[in-house]
Amino acid sequence: MTAKRARNLAFSAIVLIAAAIWIFPLYWALTTSLRSENRIISDAGVLIDELNFSAYIDVLSTSKLPLWYLNSVGTSVIITVIVLLTGMMCAYALSQLRFPGRQTLYLLVVASFMVPVPALYVAQFVLMNDLDMVNTWWGIILPQLIVPVVVIVYKQFFDAIPREMREAVLLDGGGEFVLLFKLYLPLNWGITAALAIITFISAWNNFFWPFLVVTSEDMMTIPVGITQVTDAFGVAYARMMALALLAAAPVIIGYLIFQRRVTEAVMISAGVKG
Amino acid sequence: MSKANRRRRELRAAGLLIAPFLLVFTVFFLYPTYKVIALSFTDAPLIGEGTWIGLANYVKLFNDRLFYTSLWNNFYFVLLTVVPTTVIALLIALAVSKLKGRMQALVLTLFFLPYVLPVSVVTMIWTWMLDFQFGILQPLIAAVTGKPVPVFKNPYWVMPMIAVVTIWWTNGFNVLLLIAGLRNIPQDLYEAAALDGATSWQRFWRITWPLLWPITALVLTLQLILQLKLFDQVYLLSNGGPFNQSYVVLMQMYREAFQLNNGGYASAIAMVLFGIIVIVSVLQFQLLRIGARK
Repeated sequence: MTAKRARNLAFSAIVLIAAAIWIFPLYWALTTSLRSENRIISDAGVLIDELNFSAYIDVLSTSKLPLWYLNSVGTSVIITVIVLLTGMMCAYALSQLRFPGRQTLYLLVVASFMVPVPALYVAQFVLMNDLDMVNTWWGIILPQLIVPVVVIVYKQFFDAIPREMREAVLLDGGGEFVLLFKLYLPLNWGITAALAIITFISAWNNFFWPFLVVTSEDMMTIPVGITQVTDAFGVAYARMMALALLAAAPVIIGYLIFQRRVTEAVMISAGVKG
Repeated sequence: MSKANRRRRELRAAGLLIAPFLLVFTVFFLYPTYKVIALSFTDAPLIGEGTWIGLANYVKLFNDRLFYTSLWNNFYFVLLTVVPTTVIALLIALAVSKLKGRMQALVLTLFFLPYVLPVSVVTMIWTWMLDFQFGILQPLIAAVTGKPVPVFKNPYWVMPMIAVVTIWWTNGFNVLLLIAGLRNIPQDLYEAAALDGATSWQRFWRITWPLLWPITALVLTLQLILQLKLFDQVYLLSNGGPFNQSYVVLMQMYREAFQLNNGGYASAIAMVLFGIIVIVSVLQFQLLRIGARK
């Protein structure tokens, strides 16, 4: 048995080393960000041996990072709320009610999966320009409200709820909205949290669309904003890495706190049960 | 309550419930889809009206050498990423699933973490890792090739290195799906096989591989579609260079529309990608349906 234990231990060690190598770029960014610019160029020890926060202070005081945080949080939260509300309502109608065009609508939603959204960006930009929404939060938000997977997943979960439960509420005189928000939604808080997480992460991390629709620095989201600063820095590795880590901090911390939920959410978005 | 009355209430409720989604869906999805198709037959600038020119944009595409470079790079990038990332993810998933408890949670976290990062954070970190002068990976590159290489400015290195960065960034997603797939394989199959004296090699090819195939196929097709939509990493790491050698279709669409002000031509470029992805999606759907039936 000891031979087997030793083998298991060795195996664990190898996998752990592989994982450490995998995450090394992130660690190296942290190490770099905590050094003075001069030391980075003169010698490159791998260990964290200096706790110099001047790069962080510099980045926070000279860039518009706080403003970009605000834009990212604001747009991502609004996108998440609207996507979930509209998606859940539509899914409820598709799942529980009979109305003309129901099949067509469902097929349209399923078919929209096939469309590569970036291929629509030219037309969406023209539309945003016509609506005078370039360089505004709504310009960032509106085209990102199309998340068909939310409708599909909600519909599947609503389909699974036994009909007797709704009959009971209907007999009590409750309408469809009461049913949705007092019965179907509370029964699906888990899935709601999961869908909220994936919608929020993809809105937060979206680069291409905000990059197109925003040109004024004050309106940029984090992924777009930080690329502007790098152009302005020139060669300044510590500041660049401090900036990257400050930009990544909310998602990293959020992921570490809600780890289980995030992994569950990612699997649901791909249609796989964990 | 009368039946007709109830029916009327149901219809009204349905209307109110689908209206918000339908409005957003029509204005910001269906209409742009129609619009991009229509634009591709015109000579419109990005902002403003154009005139109908029939298939002229598509004819122009056939003679556009940059477009061939872009298409080829999309194809090359798919080769460089889809199967490699699936194989790497499978190896990691197999290793992680053998670990237990906290150790497993820790390792999985480390492998998954890059996936949640914004793309520009990823490209900033890798630009630094691979910096020509001070990048920590340059000694490694020099050991193999004899000298440091400015990877994103070198026509041979640029696409493979963008692929490496992309795999590092997105691989965690695939690992997660494959681990879920592995967990769904009944444990007693392995126990029975072990009793019959099957080697771990046989157990992998006879049990794990066939039972995991639906998930593996899902990962492969999701990756294929995702990687065809490549833009961010190219724009941020190489900006299409050197000498346009790393242009991809969406990069060219961006250039035509937003830098050269050719909305119509850019739409025609977008339509080609549109067509490719629709075809791939239909094939994927068929493939997964056949997989599910078995």
